[in-house]
Amino acid sequence: MVDQTGELGASIRYLSQRFSMPEKRAAAILNDVGTEELGHLEMVGAMCHQLTKGCTAEELEKAGLGDYYADHGWGTFPQSAAGMPWTAAGIAVKSDPIADLQENLSAEQKARATYEKLIDLCKDDPEVLDPLRFLREREVVHFQRFGEALRIVQDRLAQKKFYMHGMKKGCY
Amino acid sequence: MDRRAMITKIRELAFASGDLGLYLDTHPKDINALRLHREYSKELMELKDEYQKMYGPLTMHYPSKDEWRWIDEPLPWQRGNY
Repeated sequence: MVDQTGELGASIRYLSQRFSMPEKRAAAILNDVGTEELGHLEMVGAMCHQLTKGCTAEELEKAGLGDYYADHGWGTFPQSAAGMPWTAAGIAVKSDPIADLQENLSAEQKARATYEKLIDLCKDDPEVLDPLRFLREREVVHFQRFGEALRIVQDRLAQKKFYMHGMKKGCY
Repeated sequence: MDRRAMITKIRELAFASGDLGLYLDTHPKDINALRLHREYSKELMELKDEYQKMYGPLTMHYPSKDEWRWIDEPLPWQRGNY
């Protein structure tokens, strides 16, 4: 649940991109969505913790978590559903407002799709299903806000006498 | 309002204030959204203050009197404490 398009990747991506975002509305959305995603990482971690707390090694092995138990016991480790540890190699920070915001739009859609897969796999437990639905809805809202930020940045770039950083230094 | 009802209301208000905040980031001139954000945020501040006076700190920035009460408060993944 913590792959490159998951909550940890989202937090680190947005909170890193914000420093070089030249437009104040777009920078604010990166800052504020990045912060919200840290809260979502806590929700995902809380669910994993609560679902495995008190389980025996045998029960975890039966549930397909034998390898995970060997490496991490009852700990909560940031890795994808397929067992890949989280790494910053899968996120991009380009200091190019269009490239960065486009990456975020894509990441939000991939996160939404992942939650839909998890909801498909979750048959009956409302204490798992409800937070998954909530987190899926937030991805949709973030996609909307990033789309607006992209439009704001594109409008600004279309104005006359707007200089990209590097083309003419210090114009932001 | 008991403790559980109070913390639930605080979470609801924080969600409303935060979601409107994101909307206002890209629509800073929307007067209706600004008014709603002001109403929810004001109620949130008042309720958090009331809660913290009665039950204890919600963050480590709340002033403690004689003992450090922050470590005794339930962390978000610890259920059944309210």
